[in-house]
Amino acid sequence: MDNSEVIIDLKGVSFVYHGNHSQRPVLDNLNLQISRGQRVGLIGPNGSGKTTLFHLLMGLLRPNQGEILVFGKKRQQEKDFREVREKIGLLFQDSDDQLFCPTVAEDVAFGPLNLGRTQDEALEITRQVLKRLGLEEFEDRLTYKLSGGEKRLISLATVLAMQPEVLVLDEPTTGLDEDTVERLIQILRSSDLTYLIASHNREFLSKTTDTVYRLAQGKLARAT
Amino acid sequence: MHIDNFASGDSLLHRLDPRLKIVIAVLFSVIVAVADKSLCLATAVCFSLALLLIARLSLREVFLRLLVVNAFILFLWLFLPFTYGGEKLFSIGPLDATRDGIIYALQITVKSNTIVVALIALLATTPIITLGHALSHLYVPSKLIHLLFFTVRYLQVLHLEYDRLRAAMKIRAFRPGTNLHTYRSLSYLIGMLLIKSFDRADRIRKAMLCRGFHGEFYLLSHFKLQKIDVVMLLIMMLVVGGMASLQWIILK
Repeated sequence: MDNSEVIIDLKGVSFVYHGNHSQRPVLDNLNLQISRGQRVGLIGPNGSGKTTLFHLLMGLLRPNQGEILVFGKKRQQEKDFREVREKIGLLFQDSDDQLFCPTVAEDVAFGPLNLGRTQDEALEITRQVLKRLGLEEFEDRLTYKLSGGEKRLISLATVLAMQPEVLVLDEPTTGLDEDTVERLIQILRSSDLTYLIASHNREFLSKTTDTVYRLAQGKLARAT
Repeated sequence: MHIDNFASGDSLLHRLDPRLKIVIAVLFSVIVAVADKSLCLATAVCFSLALLLIARLSLREVFLRLLVVNAFILFLWLFLPFTYGGEKLFSIGPLDATRDGIIYALQITVKSNTIVVALIALLATTPIITLGHALSHLYVPSKLIHLLFFTVRYLQVLHLEYDRLRAAMKIRAFRPGTNLHTYRSLSYLIGMLLIKSFDRADRIRKAMLCRGFHGEFYLLSHFKLQKIDVVMLLIMMLVVGGMASLQWIILK
């Protein structure tokens, strides 16, 4: 695979939340390029628009201005983003938002089933992913009875089960103990995915990413 | 939270195929609800008590649940005997209690307790998630089932959110009383819960979209009837059928 291929390209993206027109935009003429294999960190104060940026990338929000190119194609409508969501996996800040099925196995299988896999294939993928993350014993557990750390890892499993090419993680270490953070670092390091992580945890970013950007006043800058 | 309190046992009823338990529970409840012959109702009482014994549930817990049911029925006893027409039995002040009214109230009491006991023994002995799956295999519309699943899944989250808000109020020395400050604070609490649920629903929808959701849900678990299931189904059908024939054929 060509390592310099740009797979995510945001050009002059601006975004203002509804009813906030008098205020400054959350994102102001922002540019971002991510190439295949790149591991990018994103820091920025609370409310600086990190989550907004991710939601724009996934097509959950639409920019007021600018272009979003993913895998070389311009993405504008819901149907353009459907393909994006198959290839980019987003891990939400709050795992309770992500895990909504009764059991772990059903939740992990949800993505693959949506992508048109058969039940057997989906179960097979579920088992593989859980095994890869060392979570085999969780298959039949009820999602609402998991601990915070377990929920985060299972959420990651639900995203990985879609076999994405890019991972986007929104504050993945919040509320996790050291061991779970360490586990997360190992999982990320051993993967060959392109990823983009928003976090306040500098140490975590320095261990998992090679480029770190700072988002402030709606713009991105290389962080030092 | 007390979901699935009774579901953790290991009795014959716990192991029975949930699909047939649902079928029996529905048939039984409908028959008991419309029946008025004493013999039929007596059979029903025996049947539900037998189920309770087979399920080996804590009788104290079941009794506590029944208290809740009977709290509602108490109100019936306050009104029914005095408003129902028929032969006068006794009077309290200007109010006349009728014989038919008392019989009617008694019937309702027996019926509701019988149905609740049977439902506890049959349905509460299956985890609610499994019940949902069983319902979908019985062709209940998937929208209803997913409503059930989402409710179970997020009841816990909402409850935790409520606990957090309550704790936040408590640590700032909030003590409920009968005053405007209490009413206002409690309505803020409820309002905040509603807004938070709304936001959460939105985030869940987004998370589902990110995983390729397009309006279709898939089920993973399947059930298989065992020999014991068939035997129990036959026995219970016989009892329920017997009740129906007592009501509509034999005692007609």
